[in-house]
Amino acid sequence: MGTTTFRRDLVIAVIALVVLLGIPLVFPSAALRDFIIYVVAYGLLAISLNLLTGYTGLVSFGHALYFAAGAYAFGLLMQSGKVSTLSAFALSILFSAFLALVVGAICVRLKEIYFAFLTLAFQMLFYSVILTWVSLTGGDQGLMGGIPRPPLFGIDLGDPHVFYVFSCVLFVVCVFLLRQITESPFGYTLRMIRDNQERAVFLGVNVFRAKLLAFVLAGSIASVGGIVLALFASGAYPGYAFWTTSGEAIFMIMLGGSQVFIGPIVGAVLLQLLNHIVTIYTEHNGLFLGIIILVAVLGLRRGIADFIYEAWAGRRAARAPAVTAKAQGTEAAAGNKEAAYDPLS
Amino acid sequence: MTQVSSGLLMGMLLFLVASGLSLIFGVLGIVNFAHGSFYMLGAYFAYAGYMATESFLVALAAGTLGMALFGAVFERLFISRIYGRDVLMQLLLCYAFVLILDDIVKIVWGANYLLMRIPPAFALPPLFVGGGAIPVYYAFLIGVSAAVGLLLWFAITKTRFGKTVRAAAINPQMVSALGVNTKLLYTSVFAIGSLLAGAAGALAAPVRSLTPGMGLSILIESFIVTVIGGMGSIVGALVASILIGLTRAFGSIGFPLFVDGLMFTIMALVLILKPSGLFGRQV
Repeated sequence: MGTTTFRRDLVIAVIALVVLLGIPLVFPSAALRDFIIYVVAYGLLAISLNLLTGYTGLVSFGHALYFAAGAYAFGLLMQSGKVSTLSAFALSILFSAFLALVVGAICVRLKEIYFAFLTLAFQMLFYSVILTWVSLTGGDQGLMGGIPRPPLFGIDLGDPHVFYVFSCVLFVVCVFLLRQITESPFGYTLRMIRDNQERAVFLGVNVFRAKLLAFVLAGSIASVGGIVLALFASGAYPGYAFWTTSGEAIFMIMLGGSQVFIGPIVGAVLLQLLNHIVTIYTEHNGLFLGIIILVAVLGLRRGIADFIYEAWAGRRAARAPAVTAKAQGTEAAAGNKEAAYDPLS
Repeated sequence: MTQVSSGLLMGMLLFLVASGLSLIFGVLGIVNFAHGSFYMLGAYFAYAGYMATESFLVALAAGTLGMALFGAVFERLFISRIYGRDVLMQLLLCYAFVLILDDIVKIVWGANYLLMRIPPAFALPPLFVGGGAIPVYYAFLIGVSAAVGLLLWFAITKTRFGKTVRAAAINPQMVSALGVNTKLLYTSVFAIGSLLAGAAGALAAPVRSLTPGMGLSILIESFIVTVIGGMGSIVGALVASILIGLTRAFGSIGFPLFVDGLMFTIMALVLILKPSGLFGRQV
């Protein structure tokens, strides 16, 4: 694998970027452009969360903390006017990574549901800090006054077209990086931890360190999503840090699928579409979203991308016997995981 | 003393919610993320009962029994379908219900703060204990919660039903093989857990303002309580609830932010030093 997958991913990334950049040329609509920027921001949140949920088996319910931390840190740094855009960028990601390091060091030792709740608790702590520290964050009004967008390497981020290109490039770079992480030996270590932690320990993997690294990486990439959103909205709002943002990210993964790499992005597109449609027809979007989640959880039982992939893999397996073993292997692995899970142990 | 009583009040409410959460987790292996919404529904049911009949007794019954019934139906219709599925599905299912219940409350009772006055029966001069005033209703609430806690402890440790429940928590297959209807057992445990949340909501309704979304903060606090006290330990839940309640009551005089920080620091310390909680068995 190694270099060949790297080259293939690079080609796919370039094609994806070209397609993304081509969309506004074919459909010159400001609404569509804004929609894609939302998908970029929330897509980064969801796909980085999937490094934990799908690949490591850590269901974090507090991932929006790093998303919001990126947005607020970037907004505050830019408003201070003391740092350049580039260093504000780097510092915001570093700040989020540091938060993830502290929270992760406390949380990653814990078992699934404890982990989920504790990450949520830390997110709510961050949320209450934002609400109460009014002099710094603007409290429930959010970070007002706009975020200045001085030119970065001579490109003007204030121009919506330029900003669109900037967001798309950032998005593709981050997703490509994440892909390299998941396909690296480290990524396979994470899968092993997910499937059988005891075996990983037995083979000499430092599980704590691997999980913590995954947690920090995921938090850093989520913060990039937050920065994009802060730049786009020209502000940061406490809603970014509210628990529903984390819930939506988990739902995006569920909707799109956690076993296919780009599943969460599919989920982000679907959820943004749903949100748009639901808010047009009703103000009770919680009710409708809740019912859709319910139908997805009880009816579909897996993400749409997973569903399509399994159907496709099944057809391919039927045609070529050589692939059958592999496909059955993954199915068996999935089956084992379900069978091995005992709710009451 | 006044601070102590309001700390105890918060602590006892937390204890009711947290013990229900802990009971359901211990036996069913499900963390009911919608437990805070059950607390909220209990409060609104009590409000509706009080508004309809002007009787506080009816309000309490509406909150507790209404939630027990709701919990039983909820378990049969939804929770029973996800036993054995992974944590992600549990969280999503409950997340869906948090959204749905919040919106239903908004549709039925409106998004504004509602206030249910302290029932006239309790409009007595406050009790003076140790040089501080304690409103009678506070004393009543603390007493009732303590009684409920004692009853729960007795039911779990001393009765046949409690023995079966504890056995089912350890080995459900064996319990089922011995002829116990585990389905019914699960439903009743879930109903009892919901009843506890509903009772907390109903008792809190006269002293707290009601608002959709009021369940989330108590959910998180009661989870902190179960982490500190130890999952599955009623004594632990009681001690931790009172600890958190008093911390809140004393800290909120000056430093609300500091209190949140202190709560999380206590939790983090417990997790690092004794991950199973102060009174917990094995995590």
